[in-house]
Amino acid sequence: MIRKIGPIVGLGFVLVLLLSLYSGLSAYFQAPPEATAEEGFHLYPKELHLASNGPLGHFDRQQLQRGFQVYKEVCAACHGLTLVSFRDLAALGYEEPEIKAIANQWATEVPSVNPDTGEAATRKAVPSDRFPSPYANETAARAANNNAYPPDLSLITKAREDGSAYTHSLLTGYANPDTYRNKDGKALPASSKPAQGLYFNPYFANLNIAMPPPIVADGQVTYADGTAPTVEQMSTDVSAFLTWTAEPKLENRHRWGLTVLIFLIFATILGYLSYRNIWAAAKRKVAPIGPLDPANMARREDAKDEAGIVG
Amino acid sequence: MSFAWATPYEPKSDLSRWFDDRLPLPRLVHGAIGGGYPVPRNLNYAWNFGVLAGIFLTIQIVTGIVLAMHYFASADGAFNSVEHIMRDVNGGWMLRYAHANGASFFFIVVYIHIFRGLFYGSYKAPRELIWMLGLVIYLLMMATAFMGYVLPWGQMSYWGAQVITGFFSAIPLVGDPIRIWLLGGFVPDQAALTRFFSLHYLMPFVIAGVVILHIWSLHIPGSSNPTGVDVKTEKDTLPFHPFYTAKDGWFVGMFLTLYCAVLFFAPNALGHPDNYIPANPLSTPAHIVPEWYFLPFYAILKAFTVDFIVPAKLWGVVAMFASILLLFFLSWLDRSPVRSGHYRPVFKRFYWLLVADVFVLGWAGGSAATPMVVAISQIATAYYFAHFLIILPLISKFERPLPLPSSITASVLHGEQEESAPYGLAKSAPAAAE
Repeated sequence: MIRKIGPIVGLGFVLVLLLSLYSGLSAYFQAPPEATAEEGFHLYPKELHLASNGPLGHFDRQQLQRGFQVYKEVCAACHGLTLVSFRDLAALGYEEPEIKAIANQWATEVPSVNPDTGEAATRKAVPSDRFPSPYANETAARAANNNAYPPDLSLITKAREDGSAYTHSLLTGYANPDTYRNKDGKALPASSKPAQGLYFNPYFANLNIAMPPPIVADGQVTYADGTAPTVEQMSTDVSAFLTWTAEPKLENRHRWGLTVLIFLIFATILGYLSYRNIWAAAKRKVAPIGPLDPANMARREDAKDEAGIVG
Repeated sequence: MSFAWATPYEPKSDLSRWFDDRLPLPRLVHGAIGGGYPVPRNLNYAWNFGVLAGIFLTIQIVTGIVLAMHYFASADGAFNSVEHIMRDVNGGWMLRYAHANGASFFFIVVYIHIFRGLFYGSYKAPRELIWMLGLVIYLLMMATAFMGYVLPWGQMSYWGAQVITGFFSAIPLVGDPIRIWLLGGFVPDQAALTRFFSLHYLMPFVIAGVVILHIWSLHIPGSSNPTGVDVKTEKDTLPFHPFYTAKDGWFVGMFLTLYCAVLFFAPNALGHPDNYIPANPLSTPAHIVPEWYFLPFYAILKAFTVDFIVPAKLWGVVAMFASILLLFFLSWLDRSPVRSGHYRPVFKRFYWLLVADVFVLGWAGGSAATPMVVAISQIATAYYFAHFLIILPLISKFERPLPLPSSITASVLHGEQEESAPYGLAKSAPAAAE
């Protein structure tokens, strides 16, 4: 029964698939789809080497502090960091009074309630607060940004392919759409040129991004540790900082990982040796027979003893 | 249970005798995974994955129970509660990564387990029910994994739920009402999230129940083996403990090392970045893809593009379910009495073609649907159905299998007599080796 129905069902599926294949391919060859501008101009992120990369990576605290400064002075005007608390900055090496001061002086205040009237109000942030979003809600954010919504940056390096390399490439990848040439030397087609309020950036998926170039000139921030604030440096630093905001427990994870792996490898080796030991007899049970049979050998020894033969 | 020579449980102390007289639980364990379960002596490493699957089910249940203590199934709060686990719960990041990657490794293990069964004919008599119960476990796993992936309420969670519950709307006439009933609304929202969480917590225990049936039915005929030849004498078997506990022991250690390497050093490699974006019903991701372990089925779903009698979408959904359901009928589609692929030269070739085909389907399922990718997925899907429904029945009819060894012992301990008797005495004393 099944052997009769099976092939019929199988042939049915195959038939419909061949029909699908035929219609798909004929449509393709009659009107091959034109290559889109994205295919010719979209770039994959540049390589970015951060101390946190790789299986033993750790954070460069100095760099995270610089990155935080870039976030504070450049990004925070539009982008929230709502999953991170001020207190978390302790992991960057800030002392408690410094964190209190940072929270207290933060440009955006946190939503609150007027204790006297019960009306909505704002107050200065304290270390236990999350970083406040610069906008009250999405509508306010869009109204202020030409209908674009600046995403929260807490998880941005985990929410994009290639994470920190992507943010770094995006921040440094803005180009002039009129003079830009792709790797084949082609100019950007007119249909892909940025509309009013958009900016050309080949690292962005559809080439035109609503965010104006945020880091435009060397020296835009002044680093306290004396590092030269080039565009490249600021972008790298803020990308490192955003790696931390997305995965604050990265160092913990690497440390634990190493310990766990060493333990497991050791346990596995011991397990393997005991396995070999247990199976040694079973794998090839070569039973000695005839003169080599232990019983016969014992008899032989006895006979030798009886006859007084030594050796 | 299975063979006459299985050593019965013997209590070693007064306490265990007392216990055994009242509740013979140690006896059950002894017969199931102890010295009382005789196992063919020639199992290779493909047979280690059943135990591994049990280990990963346990890891998932344990990590899941603790995660559920911190997770908050609310459309507004679910995403942030997962981030709360990652940031503020002690060791929460480890729990969550262990659970998310545990699901992936559970599927890796189960896929190897299933393909081992396909190669060695583990679906054939007398093991049909073991195979079918295994498929039931696999279906339950798929449902559990899907609902678990929805819980973080990220973009892929949300849109995955849209797509998968959309399957039901392909059913003619009653499809849409069924979908709305399942979701508790017109789109995935609080009602859907809460019921998915409830079911996601329930299903692993249902799986554990079916696993007990799976193992129970296994212990009736006993484990199969790489030759596919039945166990004939005691010499063909070894007690599960200590032989296979030792073999499983070190192999589990090795596999957990691999799992932990991913868990601690590339925990997001098997996930999708879009699921770190909170769910947004107003913004569809550019490419909606399921988790990697569903990609072959996703390719089958998308391969049907022509409305032939019924809409293409219905063809895709039916084919996708059929691709698993047909496995229930495998022992009747493949009637070759020879179990092991080692002795089936034609079957063996097509088997490896099927493995390659499933990888191609997985690749096609994960790629953007360009015309060429779609064409390749259509050919691969056609092969998948042809393999099980047309080629396997034909092979079992026309193939001439190779001669089988006379027994398991003969296949592993060949030449024992000669080797053990250096003076050429073996041939004159054939039974002395016993």
